[in-house]
Amino acid sequence: MNIIEIRNLHKVYNTTHVPVYALNGIHLIFKEGEFAAIVGPSGSGKTTLLNIMGGLDEPTQGSVTVAGTDIFSLGQRRLIDFRLQHIGFVFQAYNLIPVMTAGENVEFIMHLQGRPRAERITRTRELLTSVGLADRINDRPNKLSGGQQQRVAVARALASKPRFILADEPTANLDSRSTENLLDIMEQLNIGEHITFIFSTHDPRVVRKARRVITIEDGKVSQDQEKSSGS
Amino acid sequence: MIWSIAWRNVWRNRLRSSVVVVAVTLGLLAGVFTTAFMRGLSEKRIQDAIRTEISHIQIHMPGFSDNTDFSMFIPAASGLADTLNGIDVIAAATRRIVINSMIASAETGTGVMITGVDPGQEMRVTNIHEKITEGEYFRDYRSNPPVVIGEKLAHKLHTGTDRKVVITVTDIHGNTVQGAFKVAGIYRTDNAGFDERNVFVRFADLAGMTGFHPSGAHEIAVRLHETQETDRAVGMLRELRPDLEVLPWQETSPELGYLTSAMDQYMYIFVMIILLALCFGIINTMLMAVLERVKELGMLMAIGMNRIKIFFMIMLESVFLSLTGGILGIVAGYLISKYYQYHDIHLPVQWVEGFREIGYSATVNTITDLPMVFIIALMVIITGVVSSLFPAYKALRLNPADAIRTDN
Ligand SMILES: Nc1ncnc2c1ncn2[C@@H]1O[C@H](COP(=O)(O)OP(=O)(O)O)[C@@H](O)[C@H]1O
Ligand SMILES: [Mg+2]
Repeated sequence: MNIIEIRNLHKVYNTTHVPVYALNGIHLIFKEGEFAAIVGPSGSGKTTLLNIMGGLDEPTQGSVTVAGTDIFSLGQRRLIDFRLQHIGFVFQAYNLIPVMTAGENVEFIMHLQGRPRAERITRTRELLTSVGLADRINDRPNKLSGGQQQRVAVARALASKPRFILADEPTANLDSRSTENLLDIMEQLNIGEHITFIFSTHDPRVVRKARRVITIEDGKVSQDQEKSSGS
Repeated sequence: MIWSIAWRNVWRNRLRSSVVVVAVTLGLLAGVFTTAFMRGLSEKRIQDAIRTEISHIQIHMPGFSDNTDFSMFIPAASGLADTLNGIDVIAAATRRIVINSMIASAETGTGVMITGVDPGQEMRVTNIHEKITEGEYFRDYRSNPPVVIGEKLAHKLHTGTDRKVVITVTDIHGNTVQGAFKVAGIYRTDNAGFDERNVFVRFADLAGMTGFHPSGAHEIAVRLHETQETDRAVGMLRELRPDLEVLPWQETSPELGYLTSAMDQYMYIFVMIILLALCFGIINTMLMAVLERVKELGMLMAIGMNRIKIFFMIMLESVFLSLTGGILGIVAGYLISKYYQYHDIHLPVQWVEGFREIGYSATVNTITDLPMVFIIALMVIITGVVSSLFPAYKALRLNPADAIRTDN
């Protein structure tokens, strides 16, 4: 089943000087259970693409359909709720609320969804366990390493039971050990629980883990390569 | 959870928030204390005026207050006064003759209000006798009847105790009559204007001089056991004597009647001005708090925190910030006011004369008022909400995609 269908996506940033053509006609389809990397040089449009796929920014032209819903036909208010219910996000940085503990950060998104407290508490513990941070549940982000913070962010993204998780350069700020650790956890979740991950990177070690690699250059898909799993 | 996030966000920048909290605390401490102080001042003024000047209730012939005509006297007033003295809410009632007159010393003269009182009864209604600074409250001289005058008038007339003054009045037939009196006592109240205008002689002396009916009265002054009983007592007396004019103190002296409510209004305006000033500090702090958290707020919007919740969170932060200081200030102000409810505040000596000119005493006790405290607390909350509007508006205009970009 297709969970994301991207058709003829264009994005032009109207800066004060010249318009920037960030995306120039992107067609992509993602299926449930994918573990896909979007690669490309800096400025090629990876962040722009992920932002539009996640409904954070509007395209100049084209459409994004998530599980049958054209997300830009929803209107601002319903789009925010759609993100809350269906899309998980992991950003490069500033993922966590610094005044909340790791557990509270994970729990908070379920609170926004209006889930009952008992469910939130058990699920938070399960999720932090699955990213290997059960013992850090009561620590605030500033007590955690960068890699641990990103793992909390993954747990947080999973907490809302989204259709897929978008991660824009999740390892860009991490050292190689933390990078590997985070990727292993993402891979386990993908294989074990069929969580769909779509992440951007320009780190070759991360690319190697992906089962599908989409290369974009100058706002266009220049290569879309499927690998057989376990390569 | 939003409540707890908001509360913790307030303390992210401890120093900055503390500065605001301290400012709000001091502002409200000042506001609450000043309010209690002004209440105390006006309540003291009212009680003093009732006790020394106007009494709780005055009874006249209808129309007497408008034109103090000699003929407008209450017939058989002594009988009425006796009746009143037997009513339980009434502490005491006394008869008076009230006439506009001239008083002159050897050097100079002036117009005054002369009141003929029955000293024994008068002492149970008003407390001029406690305000005597020189001489005594009436005494018998061999040669002349006694008069009690205010200190300010004594200065004006360049006279003193045991010295002679001449009082000129119109008698019941309309003839001008003069009498020589001796100054038996000089009094000093907290109201210099009163002291300058009011002269007291004995009822019998004034009645004899003017031919006034010995059992009549221009005025019956009534003191109650409790000021709160005024309305009830007035109702009773109006029923008892519908032919007479029965005035409660608020009507005898309308400016005193409005004093408390006028003072309250001024105080609310005063507190509002304090809060308005604090408002700018809170807005500034909240604006900084929003601007330094652009990425975090963008992230919250991105993951699905809607605008209403973002707005609510920022509003709560602002309310917590102002209410922390607000509660500290209100509680501190309340406690200090409570202390000075039982311990006198002595006004600085250089103020005392000026205050006396307008009828205010030199010592004040604060009056605390719980409902007012709650209204002020409510005003603080409103200030917090209002202060959050602009910063929250700034936050809501953020575009999450721009806010979370790490490369800018
Ligand atoms: N808000 C913006 N305003 C103007 N230009 C932008 C904005 N965001 C991105 N761009 C431009 O769009 C292009 C694509 O950027 P981006 O999507 O961030 O690429 P990547 O994530 O691959 O580095 C770049 O040329 C960038 O400068
Ligand atoms: Mg990027």
